Amino acid sequence: MAKMRQVIFLTAVIASLVAVHLFLRAIGKEYCLTQLTMSVYYAIVVVGLCLVMGYAGQVSLGHGAFFALGGYTTAILTTHDFSRFQHAPWARALRQAHVFVVKQDLFSGQVMNVTPTIAFFAAMSVTFLVACLIGYPALRLKGHYLAMATLGFGLIVNKMLVGSALAGGADGITNVPEWRIAGLLTISGKTALRVQNYYVACGVALVLLLLLRNLVKSRVGRALLAIHDGETAAGAMGINTAGYKLKTFVLSALLAALAGVLFTHYTGGIAPSEAGALKSVRYVTLAAAGGMANLWGGAIVSTIINFFSLRGWFGTYDNAVFGAILIIIISLTPEGPLKPLGIWLRRAWDRCAGTLGNEHGAA
Amino acid sequence: MEEGNLALQYLLSGVTKGSIYAIVAIGFNLIYSATGVLNFAQGEFVMLGGMIAYTLWQFLPLPVAVAASVVLVALIGCALEILFFRKLRRHSILHMIIITMGLSIVIQEAALHVWDEKVRSLPYFTGNEISSVHLFGAAISPQVIWVLGTAVVSVVFLHGFLRYTLQGRAMRACSSNPEAAALAGINISNMRTLSFGLSAALGGLAGCVISPITMTHYEMGAPLAIKGFAAAILGGFGNPMAAVVGGLFVGIVEAFSVSKMPAAYSDVVAFAILLLVLFVRPHGLFGEPTAESLREF
Repeated sequence: MAKMRQVIFLTAVIASLVAVHLFLRAIGKEYCLTQLTMSVYYAIVVVGLCLVMGYAGQVSLGHGAFFALGGYTTAILTTHDFSRFQHAPWARALRQAHVFVVKQDLFSGQVMNVTPTIAFFAAMSVTFLVACLIGYPALRLKGHYLAMATLGFGLIVNKMLVGSALAGGADGITNVPEWRIAGLLTISGKTALRVQNYYVACGVALVLLLLLRNLVKSRVGRALLAIHDGETAAGAMGINTAGYKLKTFVLSALLAALAGVLFTHYTGGIAPSEAGALKSVRYVTLAAAGGMANLWGGAIVSTIINFFSLRGWFGTYDNAVFGAILIIIISLTPEGPLKPLGIWLRRAWDRCAGTLGNEHGAA
Repeated sequence: MEEGNLALQYLLSGVTKGSIYAIVAIGFNLIYSATGVLNFAQGEFVMLGGMIAYTLWQFLPLPVAVAASVVLVALIGCALEILFFRKLRRHSILHMIIITMGLSIVIQEAALHVWDEKVRSLPYFTGNEISSVHLFGAAISPQVIWVLGTAVVSVVFLHGFLRYTLQGRAMRACSSNPEAAALAGINISNMRTLSFGLSAALGGLAGCVISPITMTHYEMGAPLAIKGFAAAILGGFGNPMAAVVGGLFVGIVEAFSVSKMPAAYSDVVAFAILLLVLFVRPHGLFGEPTAESLREF
């Protein structure tokens, strides 16, 4: 029964993703898929943050920075010219191993860059190390030290990116090459590949959501919920609270970095504003709006709101809208709006079914 | 300029910035000890103080404009507490902290739309841009003396208020044990409102006195809030007076960093101090390690 329900649910999700595509094509607005793809990448960050906020009970104000860390590592490695090391033996060995790739640049000179796949692994490793470094001390303490530590960290990353020439200063990095994965899929912003990229983004998000759902429903998820509800009690039951919190935080930082890498290849560039405090607060907003301990809610709410924001619906009030959403949703429904809505819908359904059943009974 | 004078110049600039951080840190502490909430919108009070005073100054004499601005910001602080935090008693601290983030953005955006993205500044309280006072061989603007004087007066005033007045004692009682304070007949809700008002008033005042030096801008709040928090953590959370030392330290280190690093990185220094303190000595320079582990924030 539970299995059946899961299959139905998944089919419904996939069907609605296809329906959105077909609908946009039918009304001749297929270009909206570009913003939708970007929103889905942002949603991956939000889902990661839901884990930290809803399950470990911590706030991270550095997820924008982790997103940027992933994006920038990829962008720098795949666009920075390493050709001055061309004749060094180690560089030659790395070229043999397909770590470096030599290309022609616009002026038909030769440039040597790192291949996107290797850059991806480098980005993940860097993020892993940094997340451990920030999370380990901050999460051993009780209370919301992580919020402040990550806020400070995010601001440092932002300022460093703006200040460094390697990262392109305030302009960021552009001309990031496309990423061909296993010769089949290509992450790039080309118009011809728009549909493919939409499905790739949705596919990645869907797989991650399923994996995380399994994680949350397992022993680890129960331990995390126990920590969220009462850290001392969880500790007394023999749960390694600091360890679980750290693992969750690192995992969610990695998700943010993954989204950053994909996003950078998709849009072909990244700017320091991605690491800004406002971006991080937005992710917190969306995770809170989705109901924190509700991964699907976070993903759906975040995709929809980010889509409208990217299409420019909120105009100059963009940030204000996010702030207002945050305040209103948290004040009215601390559990997130989807849960009460779901309960209300189910009640309405039961009532309908009930009246129908009665009529049948009467007849 | 000789080496010694240059160092003195840096020191004075650091003390000036540091005293503003100290005022913000005290504001953090006041709200935190009364409500347990970490108020991310603390820096916005400073911004509002400067902005409102600037607008009032267009048609009022400067002292009146500053005083009115402080009162208005205090009222805004009280209103926020009454509108949001008083209603939301059933919410967890986590929710409240997130709400303060939302408030911070909304206040910032409101300021952007009410005023604009231009930089504003109040006139110098005494003298002007070029007048300077010589102090031990360093030339400083008279406004710096205003800033330092304001910081000293507010610290002394606050210390006296918390220590010797009935209201202040009631406030301290609330922070050390809300239930017992309620049993003793203290209206805790009002004390919480008072703490928001007081902390907003302090922020507003700081916003007015630094406006001639650092200018007022709608985005100035967030960096100030985080530096003020760094100062509060450095001093030891929950101890307003220790925050002064923390603030001065952060300000001075930041000022001296300019002599060694590009100025673009001067913000990074303050945040690095914050991270370092969080990791090495989370209970602060003057805090008790045990008190911190018992207390959640």
